[in-house]
Amino acid sequence: MMIKDSVVGDQRTRIGEGQTDDGLGPNSDIGARLRALYGAVQDEGVPDQLLDLLEKLDSAEKTQRGKDEAYDE
Amino acid sequence: MSKGANDEQAPSFKREMLATLPSLRAFAVSLTGKHDKADDLVQDTVMKAWAKQSSFEMGTNIKAWLFTILRNEFYSQMRKRGREIQDSDGAFTERLSVHPAQYGAMDMQDFKNALSQLPDDQREAIILIGASGFSYEDSAAICECAVGTMKSRVSRARIRLQEILQVGGQADYGPDAVSTQVTTTTLSLGNR
Repeated sequence: MMIKDSVVGDQRTRIGEGQTDDGLGPNSDIGARLRALYGAVQDEGVPDQLLDLLEKLDSAEKTQRGKDEAYDE
Repeated sequence: MSKGANDEQAPSFKREMLATLPSLRAFAVSLTGKHDKADDLVQDTVMKAWAKQSSFEMGTNIKAWLFTILRNEFYSQMRKRGREIQDSDGAFTERLSVHPAQYGAMDMQDFKNALSQLPDDQREAIILIGASGFSYEDSAAICECAVGTMKSRVSRARIRLQEILQVGGQADYGPDAVSTQVTTTTLSLGNR
């Protein structure tokens, strides 16, 4: 009785991906509805206030870094 | 001129964060049940993550890292403010501005109602695995539980949803489905 490494490897990969043995895969009604619901929110896009926040954090950091570099010289 | 590590990291940290925001926001909506609260939560998460970006290793899973921060933030705010933060009606309860095209509005409303009847830990588990696209290992790390616990939560959530919606799944109804019914009799299901 021998189990080939490649077979074991395949199974491990599939289980590791986690989507085939839990009843939530492509053929699952529950899985499809979950993804449709989640996807609908994802597709709304990111609100401007959040994008603005990221820009502010980023530019504040750049300003700070600029000051640090000026001190270094 | 040599480029410092910060010059290399900061722009792509921001870019990677941007790329994760839509999914992070969908997870936040599923936790809070409200878009406005979800956006506040994502905002708090972005600030927290930005402040501790030095603890993030570029090249590792930023999505899992951000989800972990968001989830911790959500539960710590819940503990501080009590349950009032969540309107107790669960996930995705608001009217969606866009309805998933392949399902009718009523159909998705039924599904949202069913989802909202799940215990919090089971709902977040089935969303992380079934919709956010995380592996069991990453989901378990995000929820700070064992991989086996995550698997059993997802399995119970799926069986429960199938019961509520009375739809068939790929898996057979095992003895587990019977043993879980005892605790769920108080739920008011629509009479059909």
